[in-house]
Amino acid sequence: MAILLTKDSRIIVQGMTGAEGRRHTQRMLRAGSQVVGGVTPGKGGQVVDFDGFSLPVFDTVAESITATGADVSVVFVPPRFAKAAVLEAIDAGIGLIVVITEGIPVHDSAAFCAHAGATGLAAPGVRTRIVGPNCPGVISPGASNAGIIPADITGPGRIGLVSKSGTLTYQMMYELRDIGFSTCVGIGGDPVIGTTHIDALQAFEQDPDTAAIVMIGEIGGDAEERAAEYIKAHITKPVIGYIAGFTAPEGKTMGHAGAIVSGSSGTAAAKKEALEAVGVRVGTTPSDTADLMREIMKSLP
Amino acid sequence: MDLYEYQAKELFGAHGVPVLPGCVVTTSEQARAAAAELGDAVVVKAQVKAGGRGKAGGVRLASTPEDAQRAAAAILGMDIKGHTVQCVLVTPACEIVEEYYLSFLLDRTQRTFLAMASVQGGMDIEEVAATAPDALAKVPVDPRFGVDATKAAEIVAAAAFPAEVAQAAADTVVKLWDVFVAEDATLVEVNPLVRDAQGSIVALDGKVTLDDNAGFRHPDHAALIDLAGQDPLEAAAKARNLNYVKLLNGQVGIIGNGAGLVMSTLDVVAAAGRAYGGIRPANFLDIGGGASAQVMADGLEIVLGDPDVLSVFVNVFGGITTCDQVATGIVQALDILSDAAAKPLVVRLDGNNVAEGRRILARAGHPLVTMVDTMDAAADKAAELAAVTFVKGA
Repeated sequence: MAILLTKDSRIIVQGMTGAEGRRHTQRMLRAGSQVVGGVTPGKGGQVVDFDGFSLPVFDTVAESITATGADVSVVFVPPRFAKAAVLEAIDAGIGLIVVITEGIPVHDSAAFCAHAGATGLAAPGVRTRIVGPNCPGVISPGASNAGIIPADITGPGRIGLVSKSGTLTYQMMYELRDIGFSTCVGIGGDPVIGTTHIDALQAFEQDPDTAAIVMIGEIGGDAEERAAEYIKAHITKPVIGYIAGFTAPEGKTMGHAGAIVSGSSGTAAAKKEALEAVGVRVGTTPSDTADLMREIMKSLP
Repeated sequence: MDLYEYQAKELFGAHGVPVLPGCVVTTSEQARAAAAELGDAVVVKAQVKAGGRGKAGGVRLASTPEDAQRAAAAILGMDIKGHTVQCVLVTPACEIVEEYYLSFLLDRTQRTFLAMASVQGGMDIEEVAATAPDALAKVPVDPRFGVDATKAAEIVAAAAFPAEVAQAAADTVVKLWDVFVAEDATLVEVNPLVRDAQGSIVALDGKVTLDDNAGFRHPDHAALIDLAGQDPLEAAAKARNLNYVKLLNGQVGIIGNGAGLVMSTLDVVAAAGRAYGGIRPANFLDIGGGASAQVMADGLEIVLGDPDVLSVFVNVFGGITTCDQVATGIVQALDILSDAAAKPLVVRLDGNNVAEGRRILARAGHPLVTMVDTMDAAADKAAELAAVTFVKGA
């Protein structure tokens, strides 16, 4: 088991015929993921060769599902066309869409999140789970990899990881490579994202293969504060936190479109405080965070 | 990107939101001429991207062109919350009967948009929200359906606008939504929206934040970028497509890959720097996923060109990027920069192909480069090296 992604996940890649799509499809295949095809409008019928695999290209997501039984889509489509690609995948009824693309206008992300049933306005119960945009994807080490997270950093284990940042995800996987991970979810650094810390925490709580959780946050918004409330009410497994951006000045976007302190809200200090107030220990550096987690894992049966 | 009031009101005007005419000037003489042209009394308003202009004395009423000149002379060059006033807006004085508040913004928490409206306009809206939360109506807007006449009427009714202006206010709400969507804004705010002596609705002020990610849909937005107001290092970095933010009072230049890791690097350096008398990071620079030698050279040139920087910390975790590419980039960059590179570099590499990366740096044996294996120890080393020069310099 794991969350979101298992060894049986059947993955299609939207934008597989582009340079990025092709490169990362190759990496996903090497990691043992079941990538079953690609979707590029106008290129249906083509076949793309990867070493050892020949994958069919379809014009539409619906056709790819009919032909391959795909249940996960990884999106590498450029920002200009990303909204249409994600809407199409939702309408085709795919269960999980991982949007890697960086630089999607927030009006577009808000539209496809709403269409997927992932907003506060929609009835409870998400139709299609969206991870991202502007994220590194999801990996269940040893089982499947949907996105661009390097598969060789660490193997399977009992830690669940949820993070807004790509490289901090890699860093934390590396720090704790001696223990390993059930699933690592990069939820993305944009202001509007389909899957939040809370969604991942909820899934990890229910996952029998996850014993403890690392949660990495950063400045901007109040997702970490809300996650703290959620942890207090619903999470029984140990959680360790790390927050980036204590030195970020107010009003400046720090790389990620969503990483901005506005006035007094969205600060790293407030997030750390909120987590500590509910008993979550927060590391001072990535290494310190890993040490805290190692301590927890030693104490678990 | 945040806009100046005058830019926001130009966008409002283009979408039919009622605004007053105005003239943006940079000298007091021009302010006088603008006031003479507009006739009657005018208001001279500081153009800075900060709130509280009125309280700071940055908004003045002038009854004659001479008054306007004096007002502009007093306001130009004024410091408002760390922003120096470079230009003022001269606009007709308006006889205000009532002041309201209207905005559309991104609600990150609900992953949707939010309309906010109040009949208690003209004051700090965060204060209204805190002291009289019932006076601030918040109406969620589904991005799929937007704001039509019916939705606008709902927003106006939720805020209890007076019946005699409700229709005009609702019309303005629809047009403001048009600005929000058509311009790819993440915030449009009017405070105050006023009813004047003639009973008309006018947007007297305007605040707009545009989504930088939507630039490809709006080539015209490039003209709104405030080149003069930019930090010169940030402008130089932007010209080379680098993701760079200059920080105040720092001594350690930072280069890393991935926004989260770079933010974390700043924090770790600031923490390590406490032991060295308060050494701090001097910048944020994310060289991104596919860091080529040229990107590294560009990045190093910007960071080394910052006179505040006394040492540089290059912190890379090779995920997609391989460490040997980064190492090659550093070596080539130092070659390209030659004598211009005169500050110590601390390099920490981990991840994809790290052994080869470290080998390349070791083989090059550049006298300015120190390799340290862990992020925490490297931050400490970079802070120490900066402190040595800092003390010498002081």
